[in-house]
Amino acid sequence: MKKDSRVASVLIAPSFIPLIAFLILPMIAAVTLSFASWDLLSPIKFVGFSNFKELFSHSLFYKSLFNSLIFIAGYLPLVYFLGLAAALGLNKKFRGSNLLRAAYFLPVVTSWVVVSLLWKWILNPDGGVVNSFLHVFGIHGPGWWTSPTWAMPSVIIASVWKDLGYVMLILLSGLQSIPPEYQEAAAMDGATKRQILFRITLPLLTPATFFVIVISLINNFQVFDQIYLMTGGGPDGSTSVLVQQIVKNAFDYGRMGFASAMSMVLFAIILLITLAQLRLQKRWVHYA
Amino acid sequence: MQRNARKKFTALIGIALMTGITVVAAPAQAAKKTTITYFSFSASPDHIKTLNSIVAAFEKKNPTINVKVENAAYADYFTKLKTRIAANQAPDTFELDYQDFVTYADAGALLNLGTVSAKDKSFNKNIYYGKAYDVFAQNGKQYGLPSSYSTVVLFYNKDLFNAAGVALPNSSWDWSDEAAADKALAAKLPSGTYADFQPVQFWEFYKVLGQAGGQFLSANKKTALFNKQPGINALNWLVSKQTNGWKPTPAQMGTMDDGAMFAAGKLAMWHSGIWEFDAMKNVPFKWDIAVEPGGVTPGNHFFANDVSVSSKTKNADAAWKWAKFLTSDASSVKLMIDSSWEIPATSAKAPLAAYLNSPNPPANRQAVFDALKNPVVPPVIRQQSQMQDAVNAWLSKALDGSVSVTDALNGAASDVNAILAKE
Repeated sequence: MKKDSRVASVLIAPSFIPLIAFLILPMIAAVTLSFASWDLLSPIKFVGFSNFKELFSHSLFYKSLFNSLIFIAGYLPLVYFLGLAAALGLNKKFRGSNLLRAAYFLPVVTSWVVVSLLWKWILNPDGGVVNSFLHVFGIHGPGWWTSPTWAMPSVIIASVWKDLGYVMLILLSGLQSIPPEYQEAAAMDGATKRQILFRITLPLLTPATFFVIVISLINNFQVFDQIYLMTGGGPDGSTSVLVQQIVKNAFDYGRMGFASAMSMVLFAIILLITLAQLRLQKRWVHYA
Repeated sequence: MQRNARKKFTALIGIALMTGITVVAAPAQAAKKTTITYFSFSASPDHIKTLNSIVAAFEKKNPTINVKVENAAYADYFTKLKTRIAANQAPDTFELDYQDFVTYADAGALLNLGTVSAKDKSFNKNIYYGKAYDVFAQNGKQYGLPSSYSTVVLFYNKDLFNAAGVALPNSSWDWSDEAAADKALAAKLPSGTYADFQPVQFWEFYKVLGQAGGQFLSANKKTALFNKQPGINALNWLVSKQTNGWKPTPAQMGTMDDGAMFAAGKLAMWHSGIWEFDAMKNVPFKWDIAVEPGGVTPGNHFFANDVSVSSKTKNADAAWKWAKFLTSDASSVKLMIDSSWEIPATSAKAPLAAYLNSPNPPANRQAVFDALKNPVVPPVIRQQSQMQDAVNAWLSKALDGSVSVTDALNGAASDVNAILAKE
């Protein structure tokens, strides 16, 4: 047993090197820098809590936090319910179901650069696919990603489209792990399809739902790629989110300390929300 | 006996060969090559070949020095440069523009070139265009050799002007002439084609403010002054182009940028930099340039780039040789001019004559030098990017009409004052 664990340790050890180099050390550096002022060019100067004081009095921080929450509020319900619908539909074997599953998953493995270009083209205000379609019905389409009102919905639509296959896959695996006996027993007892769905299937799908929500929330607070590529935080700051502000402060403004303080606050927000979810899961997650 | 003779002969050959090798190897060791790095943004994407040719010419003239070139697009360049300096891996030599130069000089990241130029008896600063040389000095120390300078001019599509029957722009135009042409063109241009494009952002605003007779910052750089009447006039002029329908809105532009629109023949006038000449070389219509129209006074951008040397370089002499060659050697200047890569910062008349008489468009290259007679230099502070973003955020609000021009300028001035207070 001891020998086994020694072998295991030796085998695991190499993976610790990148973990320490690219995760643990940068995290320690970020914590340290959050109490410092550093423009990457001059020597580091420690400034106590002043980065945090400035952060909490910074209107752009609250605006970015608000925008991150708007993104989550728009993205999460959409991706979950559409993912659930796709998973329920594809939970049955039919001709072409495997092909459809692969098709849904294709955007997940597609680069954000490609996806953002595609959606910018689809949502191009002048002559884009969506506005041209709306024009057929006499509707003057919005400015989408060029409009302060529609830029965030544009990013949400593109994000939902890209991640739908991933959510569908998780929920599909959750559906397939539900023992069919439960549904069969309910059907024999005279339960309708609707009753089976809401009383048996969905409650037993809650572990997968819980996983989707936890992972999505962690990822959503760190949303960056699609914002950077589609809108750059604009127009008029309407899609400026926390990570985008962190990158801007760190590398454009040379305010590494302030950006690190922002990262710490973002880390605390994600940690608290995840811990709260873990505590609350006992009330609504049912394991079969 | 014979065997001994053969042994001696073999030994002699061996010694001769060894000596030969030593003799051959000795100069090779003496000529040990120094490798220096050069990091550039202005070569991307159109002038990388030209830069490589300049490097080849330099290495031919200086066989003991290798120059390793790295390029990055302007948008990513300063992030990469800063992180390399922070990681103690600064390139030996790198390009800076005037507005970013101040931050690097203040932070001690640049070598005082006076320390190396003093040893170079052949160096004479008069080989450079004086204004471009002087802007890269701070507190009496020279931190860069000017490589190029540039300005912004009014590009115009001759075919669209002629089709609309509107008189072509000329260097005596002011805002009212441009507005009259915008109006006449807008009435006659087909749908999807626009009279004008002038961006509404920091870079354009401070110049138009200069044309309106205003000042961006106080002389001591403690207070923003752009929210006074000249600033209001300047921003009203910029915003009016969109509100009057002369300039396309972001929604009308969609995924096309202004350069792509001009190249596609969808813009009659385009305010843009002379670095676009090469990119517009093969467009399928006739175009030319004029000096940008002024307001109450003429005013044109003056941008300058330099080659700076890292304060941490271990090869200061080689770096100096390369910086001097790139910025002033006749072969380098010629290659830059032949590829329309901005204007080399030389004081020599002959290369500039070649620039003026280039067979490539635009024909009126004299407008470039006329524009530089009334230079407006960008306002520069240490927190340059932050100031630019603060101003841009408010200019966007004025452009989309969510706040009035006056409120936008007051908001921007308040934000800039807060940044200046922390300088």
